[in-house]
Amino acid sequence: MKVLLSWLNEFGPFADPTDSEAVAAVAADLTSLGLAVEDVIVTGSPVGGVVAAKVLRVEQHPDAAKVRRVWVDAGDGEERHVWCGASNMVAGDVVPLATLGTTMPNGMTIERRGILGIDSEGMLCSAVELGIGEDHSGILLLDGDAKLGVSYAEVLGIEPDVVFDLDVTRNRPDCWSIEGVARDLAAWRSQALANVGNGFSADGDSRTVPVAIQNPACGRFTATVMSGVRVTSSPDWIARRLEALGMRSINNVVDVSNYVMLELGQPNHAYDLATIGDGFTIRSARDGEVLKTLDDVDRACVVDDLLICDGNDVPVGLGGVMGGADSEISESTTEVVLEIAWFAPLGIMKTATRHGLRSEASARYERGVDPTLADRAVQRFAELLSLTCPDLVVHSGSADERSEGMPELERSVEVRISEVNRILGTELNVGDLPGLLDPIGFVTETAGEIAKVLLPSWRPDATSEVDVIEEVARHFGYERIGRSVPKPTGHGHLSQVQIRRRHLRDVLLGLGISEAMPNPIVAPDTMQRAGIAGDTLRILNPLVADESSLRLSLRPGLLTALAHNEHHRRNGVSLFEIGNVYPPTGDGLPSEHEVLGVVLAGRDAHAAVAVWREIAQALGVGAMIDQSNVPDGLHATRSGVLRAGRDVIGAIGEIAPEVLENFGVTERVAVLEVRIDGMLASNGGSGSYRPISRMPSSDLDLAFIMSDDVAADRLERALRQAAAPLLADVTLFDTYRGAGVPDGYRSLAWRLRLQASDRNLTDADVADVKAACEAAASKLGAELRS
Amino acid sequence: MTDDISAAIEAALTRIEAAQTLDAVDAVSAETMGKKGVLGGLKASLSKVDDIEERKALGRSLNEAFSSVGAAIDDRRAQLVAEERNTRVESERLDLTEAMDRATRGHLHLVTQAWQELEDVFVGLGFTVAEGPEVETDWHNFEALNMGEGHPARGEFDTLFVGHDEHERAGDSGLLLRTHTSPVQIRTMLESEPPIYIVAPGRVFRRDTPDATHMPVFHQIEGLVVDRNISMADLAGTIEAFTQAFFGEGFTSRLRPSYFPFTEPSAEFDIRRPDGSWLELGGCGMVHPEVLRAGGVDPEEWSGFAFGFGIDRMAVMRHGITDIRDMYVNDIRFIEQF
Repeated sequence: MKVLLSWLNEFGPFADPTDSEAVAAVAADLTSLGLAVEDVIVTGSPVGGVVAAKVLRVEQHPDAAKVRRVWVDAGDGEERHVWCGASNMVAGDVVPLATLGTTMPNGMTIERRGILGIDSEGMLCSAVELGIGEDHSGILLLDGDAKLGVSYAEVLGIEPDVVFDLDVTRNRPDCWSIEGVARDLAAWRSQALANVGNGFSADGDSRTVPVAIQNPACGRFTATVMSGVRVTSSPDWIARRLEALGMRSINNVVDVSNYVMLELGQPNHAYDLATIGDGFTIRSARDGEVLKTLDDVDRACVVDDLLICDGNDVPVGLGGVMGGADSEISESTTEVVLEIAWFAPLGIMKTATRHGLRSEASARYERGVDPTLADRAVQRFAELLSLTCPDLVVHSGSADERSEGMPELERSVEVRISEVNRILGTELNVGDLPGLLDPIGFVTETAGEIAKVLLPSWRPDATSEVDVIEEVARHFGYERIGRSVPKPTGHGHLSQVQIRRRHLRDVLLGLGISEAMPNPIVAPDTMQRAGIAGDTLRILNPLVADESSLRLSLRPGLLTALAHNEHHRRNGVSLFEIGNVYPPTGDGLPSEHEVLGVVLAGRDAHAAVAVWREIAQALGVGAMIDQSNVPDGLHATRSGVLRAGRDVIGAIGEIAPEVLENFGVTERVAVLEVRIDGMLASNGGSGSYRPISRMPSSDLDLAFIMSDDVAADRLERALRQAAAPLLADVTLFDTYRGAGVPDGYRSLAWRLRLQASDRNLTDADVADVKAACEAAASKLGAELRS
Repeated sequence: MTDDISAAIEAALTRIEAAQTLDAVDAVSAETMGKKGVLGGLKASLSKVDDIEERKALGRSLNEAFSSVGAAIDDRRAQLVAEERNTRVESERLDLTEAMDRATRGHLHLVTQAWQELEDVFVGLGFTVAEGPEVETDWHNFEALNMGEGHPARGEFDTLFVGHDEHERAGDSGLLLRTHTSPVQIRTMLESEPPIYIVAPGRVFRRDTPDATHMPVFHQIEGLVVDRNISMADLAGTIEAFTQAFFGEGFTSRLRPSYFPFTEPSAEFDIRRPDGSWLELGGCGMVHPEVLRAGGVDPEEWSGFAFGFGIDRMAVMRHGITDIRDMYVNDIRFIEQF
């Protein structure tokens, strides 16, 4: 929302636009009030060195058809000549001349540059070149009577001004107007607010255009007839103000309509009375009913749209959004009927959204317009139109229809000073409230410790005690509110889960694995490409179709990352992610849970197992690798599920070759994906101390020949059991398949470190362990290799 | 015999000095001091000396001989060991810059680094850390936060709606990807009694085209305090304490009025850098009475404040990252830098 300082000053005054310190102070005050100033644009600063000059004569360049030599008089009696590419001026015209040394708004400096050996003593300027308009078709022609040698800006009446671009929050519909911003600023600065729009009475004879409201989404509709209208152009200052705030000047009637909207925040619409017939009806649209709006677009309406119709029930406006093209003011218009209405915000928002049509009017209506503004808006409209229509007559007898949708006008709320101080941490007295609230229209009557506050009609957002407390805070000043630090009764800490999650990350980092953060939203076929079955939750309004499914696994994201890295010749990358997956439950919230995914490019399944063992040891959790169940999307002979008791908590092994192909990864990829919510919540990390033996240890190496059908870890567990309690550690240090070992079998060589806690080991101890191991192994069909 | 002893010492010392290996030293030791060695033989023949005084004197001489030869042997042995070690060390010379080995550590994602640092700061200020689901109900994400159906502010959140079937209409299932971490406020209030001092970091989602400064999936941290007589002064003081703890001395904060449906009064908070420039950081305010009620908290008995801001931006600012999208490509060349 843009406001113009000179316009604000009509309500103030607040600052001289040429005083940059005063301008900065206004910006700071607006920000302190919650009207964040996003940009301060200085306008109308004249380009120094550009003066009015009279064209004396124009000569065609002998060789270049498009170049003319122009002699000008800049008022100093000296005859100068400039080269010029434009041809829209003749002798006698007054034009802007940029004299030598002038720096133009685009940064160019005017130099004595010649053509064909003849100097140019300046440059004639178009409106664009001076930064004051969009017309670049020719040289800007000034008033022919202008005094020569004075600044073009003085001739044009351009004055320095400042545009503040404000970020107006949704709770401040009043600040969609110059007056609303000025009201806040004047209150903040303890200045009086000038009164606008009470200067024109309806003294013409009574002429009524009847109004019928059929839909309460229209709360109020006034129609005022004005005659003696002459459609012409606007005074320069009106056109310039509109343009400064981003609206084009059209003609005096439309411009005044826009001016009143910008100034008071009241959208309004002037219809050519001749096109309206005998009255307005405000009703719901019929499905499919078409209205051509002012922007020349045919709008097909639905029943939720509100139409303004003429006496023949022909739509002439999309209520609160935009007028119709057919009832537009034209040059032949002499009588207008001015609509000033109030519409319910929600309906306007829906209609504007539905039609993709955000107009200045709808922007205001959907936030909430002051329902009492109509009378002042009519007067202001007439006052300004009379500047160009001296014969303007405002007819009495205007229609003022209201429906049950009209907002309550007498609204009040009780405010306890104790509540103000509790919420703000201030020490205000009830007597302080009127000084803070009355200037912004929250009229306050105090009684004891309670203030009864009348809520202003331009603040529909304010309905409750806390809304008023916010106004007190704003005008007291957020910066003046003290600072204290509350004292929590508990102590700050991370939860067990959070501490263990950090520990898990540390373990992974220590293993040389880096953290990735892929997008949890994937394409509809991504899971399938990863070989993972199952329905996903869908994004119903995705921005791009490729991001419309919620992942069931972290693997696709990690594989995509590996493919990217491989593509950039980074092979052997190890990545992990800790993130959520969202398997649907059929209805309601998904069974969202936290998962760890690890991918090790260029590594085989054993590497994934080594990572898992380290994690399991660090977190004090356990799970069996069950290769009889191959998880979806994993390598058929090199993978298994992780099983904790009866629950499958993860998958481990290698990515299936066809999945690697789907993701464009050429390296072998070891993978671990395991659900961690339960692991983190469990208390496994705090194992108790096991004393370290001071006795000497002895190593026993045993190699067994065992069928490929039996998992090595079964033998390991059997050995552990058999060697306990003398076993300190057991490691698999060699595997062998080949000569000397039957097909379908392999040799597994284990080193058992034996140690007693209280004595030296004897040969008999070692022999006993060996015998026990042999016996245990034979139960698995494993034979000691001699 | 005395002469024999002297001669034996002299011979032994000469050989010891000449010995070039530990083995040679050992040989001298055995041949001099062993039972069959020269001194050993003399010691054995001592018993043949009859005169007691002479025997005693010779015994002393022999002991001295043993000890002086023994000391010489020990010295020479130590000398040879040291020489051998020096030779080995010399032969082991390495140019440390001929580096072919690479130690590899893993690297934490920048967002996680910022996330953990923020958690730590708030833990230090007495907060605990709460979490909540990323797929949320409309009620937790909007309605309980004072944005009932049709509330105009909903439109500003660019919500991604979730359903079980692509043909469902957006919003029908009541499920969505949370647009902010604020639903954790509601969950926390419903699950626990005040006093509440929590922060809730987490992943959030917006229907937003990615560009250099925006991602549709990003991260926020939310704070909520509900206690007796919590005021806006407490909010301002907490923001200030956070500012100094996280950004450092010389940074200050300010609140300026703003609007959020779930807080009132609402504020934006800005950080003032030591060079005087301002950084808009996040939103905050006093928890709206309707939000407290939705959380099952009586607004007449308790009051509270809430604040929230982006985590990604912290990482981006700290490391001067010019395009936020780079953080999510998972390019190892990026990850390894931090």
